[in-house]
Amino acid sequence: MKDINLKFFTITKYEQIIILLTIIIPLLFYDSPYMQGLFIFIMMWVVLGSSWNLLAGYTGQVSFGHAAYFGIGAYAAGLPFMHWGISPWWGLLTGGITAVVLGYLLGIVVFKLRGPYFALGTLATAEILRIIFGQEEWLTNGHNGILYVTTWVDKYPYYFIIWAIALATVFSVKALMKSKAGFYFLSIREDEDAAKAIGINTHKYKNISMAVSTFWAGTAGAFYMIYMGFIDPEVVFALHNISIITILVGIIGGVGTIWGPAVGAIIMVLVQELFRSAFFGLAPQWISKVHALVFGLLVIFVILYMAGGVVGDWDLIVKKFRKFRLKKATK
Amino acid sequence: MSFLVLENLTKAFGGLVAVNKVSLEVKEGEIFGLIGPNGSGKTTIFNLINQYYSVTSGKIYFRGIEITSKKTFEIARLGIGRTFQKVRPLKRLTVEENVMAAAFARETSFEGARKVASEVIDFCNLTEVKYFRAGSLPIAGRKRLEIAKALATRPSLLLLDETAAGLNPSELDEAIEIIKKIRSQLGITIIIVEHIMKVIMNISDRIHAIAFGSTITEGSPKEVAAHPTVIEAYLGTDETLQGGFNA
Ligand SMILES: Nc1ncnc2c1ncn2[C@@H]1O[C@H](COP(=O)(O)OP(=O)(O)OP(=O)(O)O)[C@@H](O)[C@H]1O
Ligand SMILES: [Mg+2]
Repeated sequence: MKDINLKFFTITKYEQIIILLTIIIPLLFYDSPYMQGLFIFIMMWVVLGSSWNLLAGYTGQVSFGHAAYFGIGAYAAGLPFMHWGISPWWGLLTGGITAVVLGYLLGIVVFKLRGPYFALGTLATAEILRIIFGQEEWLTNGHNGILYVTTWVDKYPYYFIIWAIALATVFSVKALMKSKAGFYFLSIREDEDAAKAIGINTHKYKNISMAVSTFWAGTAGAFYMIYMGFIDPEVVFALHNISIITILVGIIGGVGTIWGPAVGAIIMVLVQELFRSAFFGLAPQWISKVHALVFGLLVIFVILYMAGGVVGDWDLIVKKFRKFRLKKATK
Repeated sequence: MSFLVLENLTKAFGGLVAVNKVSLEVKEGEIFGLIGPNGSGKTTIFNLINQYYSVTSGKIYFRGIEITSKKTFEIARLGIGRTFQKVRPLKRLTVEENVMAAAFARETSFEGARKVASEVIDFCNLTEVKYFRAGSLPIAGRKRLEIAKALATRPSLLLLDETAAGLNPSELDEAIEIIKKIRSQLGITIIIVEHIMKVIMNISDRIHAIAFGSTITEGSPKEVAAHPTVIEAYLGTDETLQGGFNA
């Protein structure tokens, strides 16, 4: 195998292997819809995590409200169906675009804020949307949500759709980070004022980062509507289940690394599933109730011991592991 | 047409008038020194030129265009580069990435920016630390990186704010060499703020002296160094004027 050089980015050998594995492994589980479901969620979180990572990890605009874009994408797919019978599949186009428009409008307000204030501002916008979509029943059907009989029973078509979206997301980030825009994002993250002095229109480039990020988050939301066949505001605009998990996916894998969110997505979905199923029924049932606590501990662990995440600190982890084995061997 | 003109430039921070009706003209191709004791308003003048701060009153013209209310990034694109006295490297990026980010002001392609960065890095003697993280550089390297970043934007006017401060004698000579090369090889006009008189007297064509935000005098290095108010302004605060000038 060789690196494939495309116009805007390179697909390395390793990436080609990863892509092949993401095709082969799910096919091995052809008789397990349960496992296929997990793979679908992993891919969905790759999209959300990478989308967040572009804005937060690379551009330094740490969003605590990515549920806003995920949710608006889901509703962009669901609302036209509910009101006019238009297929939610159109959402794969309109979900991302709607999220970009929302992101631009919110950006007018939240980009005036910096650091923790930006985080709080984004958190608040997602919460406001959750409340509005719950209350305006004439528009959204409120907490009764939107129901749609899914197109296929088989999960493979869904897997390969979200797989394609996930690859598009990751490689769009990769291509951007090799371009002028990518350098500008990093400069803004490192020092917004110094960035201006070298000719960077920081406002414009924050909006570009926001647009790409929200596009993919909205697309993921539309996919969720199509795949699950049901959405309500508490689910798609959720602070803990969407916004916070998105951040966890980003930081566990490694903020500001191309493949970090993918690794984070695998870890998060597996950990979540282990706890939800009480370790596949092997552990006492109450375990399933403490998953929020475990996520909290996971974050603390990552921040304290591997600030770069699994991908960002890979060298460090390997080194530690070697030392550990050496110690064992010499004992 | 004058290259850079400041007209009655004034900046007040609340009650404190940091810059008070300063007028000056810089000619294309010269090295123009700006001196004054600590807190006299030199950095503030730079911050006004590139619109880091908005002016309280007065006007700034660059190549005949009024830039007084333009945005910082637009001024950089018009061709005014600057360094920061308190250096501001993009810490977690490498030296090369820092300079490339700046080079994108004129380049659109990755390869183009890398080529410009490579030239500028060689020019500023940063070749050995090209792949180091900017945050890991010692002060001399950081000061040169400030210059490299500004140069990579391809300015026609460069504002240097104490790029020689905190350097040892050999680093200092290197810095002076680079500054001279910027004009002689790249043809860039320079305004330089420097406390070290050996540097400023040595390389400036003309010097503008301020104290407490107001102009004291302007002229050739010799004239300015002989001006009684300049000597007085520096006595007790900075003895390097005479010592440095004689050296
Ligand atoms: N952002 C600001 N807010 C309030 N006051 C400021 C600000 N920036 C500068 N000043 C004040 O303006 C005056 C001039 O400061 P400035 O930094 O321009 O001096 P300087 O000549 O560059 O001094 P130095 O030689 O120490 O670098 C000082 O009294 C300083 O405290
Ligand atoms: Mg200063």
